[in-house]
Amino acid sequence: MPQLNMVQAINDALALEMARDDRVVVLGEDVAKVGGVFRVTQGLYERFGEERVIDTPLAENGIIGSAIGMALYGLVPIAEIQFADFIFPAYDQIVSELAKIRYRSGGEYTAKLVIRVPVGGGIRGGLYHSQSPESLFIHVAGLKVVAPATPADAKGLLLASIRDPDPVLFFEPKRVYRAAKGEVPDGDYEIPLGKAKVVREGKHVTVIAWGAMLYEAIAAADEAIKAGVECEVIDLRTLWPVDIDTIEGSVKKTGRVVVVHEAPRSCGFGAELIALINERAFLHLEAPPKRVTGFDTPFPYQLEMDYLPLAHRILPAVLETAQF
Amino acid sequence: MTKESSPPAPPSPKASPVDVEHLAHLYRQMFLIRRVEEESARAYATGKIGGFLHLYIGQEAVGVGAIAALRPDDSVVTTYRDHGIALAKGMSARSLLAELWGKKTGCSQGLGGSMHLFDKEHNMLGGYGIVGGHIPLACGVAFAAKYQGQDRVTLCFFGEGAVSIGGFHEGLSLAALWKLPIVFICENNEYAMGTPLSRTLSVEDVSLKADAYGMARDRFVADDVLEVQARVGAAVERARKEQAPTLVEMRTYRFRGHSMSDPAKYRTQTELDEHKQRDPMTRARERLLTLEYKEGRISALERSVEEEVADAVKFADESPEPDTSVLAPTTYDGAFAY
Repeated sequence: MPQLNMVQAINDALALEMARDDRVVVLGEDVAKVGGVFRVTQGLYERFGEERVIDTPLAENGIIGSAIGMALYGLVPIAEIQFADFIFPAYDQIVSELAKIRYRSGGEYTAKLVIRVPVGGGIRGGLYHSQSPESLFIHVAGLKVVAPATPADAKGLLLASIRDPDPVLFFEPKRVYRAAKGEVPDGDYEIPLGKAKVVREGKHVTVIAWGAMLYEAIAAADEAIKAGVECEVIDLRTLWPVDIDTIEGSVKKTGRVVVVHEAPRSCGFGAELIALINERAFLHLEAPPKRVTGFDTPFPYQLEMDYLPLAHRILPAVLETAQF
Repeated sequence: MTKESSPPAPPSPKASPVDVEHLAHLYRQMFLIRRVEEESARAYATGKIGGFLHLYIGQEAVGVGAIAALRPDDSVVTTYRDHGIALAKGMSARSLLAELWGKKTGCSQGLGGSMHLFDKEHNMLGGYGIVGGHIPLACGVAFAAKYQGQDRVTLCFFGEGAVSIGGFHEGLSLAALWKLPIVFICENNEYAMGTPLSRTLSVEDVSLKADAYGMARDRFVADDVLEVQARVGAAVERARKEQAPTLVEMRTYRFRGHSMSDPAKYRTQTELDEHKQRDPMTRARERLLTLEYKEGRISALERSVEEEVADAVKFADESPEPDTSVLAPTTYDGAFAY
């Protein structure tokens, strides 16, 4: 199996699906000739032509609005929003129209499309190039939300997302776009949506993470072992529908849980996860669930490494939970 | 490009002979819309319809004339004032009223209601409740038709109130850039909800916006349903043959308030009466008479509409309501909820 980084793995999935299904079109800002600001769509324009790989104006409402219309009429659009922070002009389209097409047509139509969104901090992008708005989309009924952490998962999850009959927000952790490398299977395979992955088994504390923060959770788990604490690390992979069964099983085993996310703490997805854990495993808990998250502030430029819930912040939370 | 408010080279439909049977057909559609809307207003007053209700009364010539210029496989996307458009596109009065009544037999199983009609069979791809948001969406529909090598055209309706929102400009920009087979129809009924045109638009001639996008335009008063058909028809042909979009602005007037909860006190009775005297539906009826289409035939046609509407009301009354089991499978493919 080839060693690929996440950019290459996602590119591989896009090329594979475009070759397989001519209903698939890619559109977004700079996605064609430039190959995307992060080069994720590089080579697609040359291979599939301008009819299928489309540079758009800087108009997110128009990009997503037109993608919805394309999907209504039988195409399978994959729209790129250059940074998650730029998605808000399209938020109206996503919330008001995209999420509701199936419902409002009485189930007659779906809007089968994928919105690819580079997300998160770690590149010193400051307040407009760093945010993690996943919970704003999870909260909207009708959307699925995917957040891969590894190249192999990114490829398989993207293929599954493109083929999924519902609209999918696909959040790509840009901090590890090139840093995350791994073996990626050749050819066609899907990682099913809604299935988390236990990336490390352990008996003391369950640590839940996704995207770029998975690597921080693993690093913290490595340190925790030195203190005799064995973490069970879960990579959620799909945020919605969330694999609550895997979480429930793990928490019932460990009795302790720490949730890690980059997004601000209040009303972040961690809040929902802990509510679900309380509903399902309350009597198994040996310690209060903990969150290690971004701050309830705008995403800072200079203080980025303080804001992000890195391993050095996760570790004490894990130890405290273990020792409660 | 001219800055004159009169558009370049309007067609002259009045020169061609009128197909009386066709005009009678259009009159019937307008009368059907009028009567359905009146019944809807009554049902709203008695609580059969809840929420919001935006009536198309007064604007019938726009929807009926424009859609008469389409083929059945062409698509229509419109706003929340969508009853007339849906009927003109072929939705049955039964399907429409059952939806307004919130019944399982409605076009969207009673899940959408008045502002959110949907009819896959007739390529009526939705009435949209968020002003202007549907304009880029309509562009996507037109893009998909072109991409698939079909010669289908998309009509996108909106009010002049949508012209100030971003979606309008993003949509027109994309349509011109991508050379889409689409016709944008601005139903300029002079009021953006309760605020008159003069206080919402710095340039009252909406059609001029087309110039900035290098798009063809047309602008006229939609009093004559046949003229609407002919002028929209020219734009539809441009879309179909040349893959070029057009912005068509029609001056029209709604006889009722913005919605049922709007007493429309922002306009005078005199203004309303003047418009009612020019009622395009009445004009079409008078035109039929002058073309030797006898009163007896018109009355028969109107009776058939009354029967159709009465049947639809009865159907809606007697239809079952949906239950909550419908919600999950219409939200995602495969229900999941926690």
